[in-house]
Amino acid sequence: MKLNLVEKITPEIWEIRPFGKMNVPARIYASEDLISKMDLKVYEQLCNLTMLPGIVDMAYAMPDAHWGYGFPIGGVAAFDPEKGGIISAGGVGFDISCGVRLLHTKMKVAELAPHKETLANLLYKRIPSGTGSRGKIILSDQDMNDMLMGGARWAVDKGYGSAADLDFIEEHGQMAGANPETISKRAKERQKEEMGTLGSGNHYLEIQDVNEIFHPEAAKVMGLELHDVVISIHCGSRGLGHQIGTDYLRSMMTASKQYGIYLPDRELACAPIQSDLGKSYLGAMRGAINCALANRQIITHLVREVFNEVIPNLKLRLVYDVSHNTCKNEWHMVNGKKVNLFVHRKGATRAYGPGHEDLPENFKSVGQPVFIGGSMGVGSFVLVGTNECESLAFSSACHGAGRAMSRTEAKKFWNGPQIIKELREQGIVIRSGSYRGVAEEAPLAYKDLKSVVDAAENAKLALKVAQLSPHICVKG
Amino acid sequence: MTTLKWEHFSHEADVGIRGFGSTMEEAFAMAIIALTAIVANPDTVEPKIKIQITCHDEDVELLFYDWINSVIYEMDTKNMLFSIAKVHIDNSYLEGEIWGEIIVPEKHDPAVAVKGATMTELKVSTTGKQWITQCVVDV
Repeated sequence: MKLNLVEKITPEIWEIRPFGKMNVPARIYASEDLISKMDLKVYEQLCNLTMLPGIVDMAYAMPDAHWGYGFPIGGVAAFDPEKGGIISAGGVGFDISCGVRLLHTKMKVAELAPHKETLANLLYKRIPSGTGSRGKIILSDQDMNDMLMGGARWAVDKGYGSAADLDFIEEHGQMAGANPETISKRAKERQKEEMGTLGSGNHYLEIQDVNEIFHPEAAKVMGLELHDVVISIHCGSRGLGHQIGTDYLRSMMTASKQYGIYLPDRELACAPIQSDLGKSYLGAMRGAINCALANRQIITHLVREVFNEVIPNLKLRLVYDVSHNTCKNEWHMVNGKKVNLFVHRKGATRAYGPGHEDLPENFKSVGQPVFIGGSMGVGSFVLVGTNECESLAFSSACHGAGRAMSRTEAKKFWNGPQIIKELREQGIVIRSGSYRGVAEEAPLAYKDLKSVVDAAENAKLALKVAQLSPHICVKG
Repeated sequence: MTTLKWEHFSHEADVGIRGFGSTMEEAFAMAIIALTAIVANPDTVEPKIKIQITCHDEDVELLFYDWINSVIYEMDTKNMLFSIAKVHIDNSYLEGEIWGEIIVPEKHDPAVAVKGATMTELKVSTTGKQWITQCVVDV
């Protein structure tokens, strides 16, 4: 992206003043290096987003923003239902409520070494991953509807994990307002055998350790100490979310015309929040959020089973669970007034600052944990929300590194065995069902995670708490 | 010289599929091979099982979008890949046949699952001599 397209406000804040049909300005949070490497499509998609009805304040792009469909990935936009605001299936994406959860063990990384191969093999065996993976749970029609309504709470009731986990999941593990009747038979059919599965692509399960702490107070509240072994789980709502995205993108495409909504890009297909279609999508999308929460809860249970088998009596505590493809109904301060908004975060994480009423008690002093996943070999970062972020981006932060290279290009440069060998030399054990999949997910096919996280911190979207280094990666 | 029948085009996070044909139907069919090639080498997929698909839309681009999504649904629910596709379009009604087999990981080395077709770069066009169908799919 050429820098003359945007106005530099600070070294990490770049604005686009409204022109043409833009209703509000747009803003990109990034360093000069990151923004200059962003595709021009991010600029175009962000500008298009501001043309949608009922948009409030500004459209935002996070430091990891890249070319999406309709919305840029890393895009945040809030809409006011009282002002004709819309909801967009493309603004949430196909992998609804894809997210990351972090589990903490009281084991130190030095104690991991003797168990590394056994853990890698068992985790790979027990947690279905990759293309076409199926779980052991087959949902009946009634189970499906209960899961869609109950989320992680449903999973806990079925024996997957403990009730204590629920306090450390957004929405306390159960998204209110789900409506299984608004979800197609096709979507339910796609999910029937996919509970407790990782999926493919950039999804993963990693055993990591805390190798650096930047914010001792927040790390202490999260119970993270240097060299502690932790587990990151990155996955979403699987086939159900994908089909809901497909179904509603299609129906919103037709409906946008009926509602007279101007679409600068048809991928921005949407419906007024207060319309029947808007309400129907909300009910379906909330069901998909519950599906993702239940999915990560079941995987957590499977991980605990594996650890218990290998290292008996080791407790795996859930630190927190965040989603990064959602539209949520939240209250935000706009021009000094508290307003009820529908905030789309597509490839962006909610990042409430300290004191927010929706946070678990123990996080109220430091803010919401935010988990930023990287590629194999790089690990992840733990961040925490700031109070400044409320006015900066409706309390939102980035979600990952973002690809620097397409899958097609990546597999020309690398091959699976070579990547696995190189990572093993660095002490990272990879388990994957596909060499080609590993090549497409090569570490260098992604942007530099540290520069994304630094930009988020410098912009005050979130503060760095800890860096997590990988030791075992089960690749989706 | 071999005529190009399908290809992938770059998208930052996902993958673009493109089918070519001397007729619109052939270009629709070839896009399915491009779709399979995201997951595995289509040459490794034997046409053992036939599935029939019907779609309807007066807008040919949305018809293509529905066609690709119908095939993705079959891929996901039946855990299959497809190496042959045949398409007949009559007055906005599409009747298609796809032939393939259930994924065998050791044989197909499936790289990534396809979540859905998007409307990004969605186009059905002709140069007069050749038809082109394309869209970006989310993986």
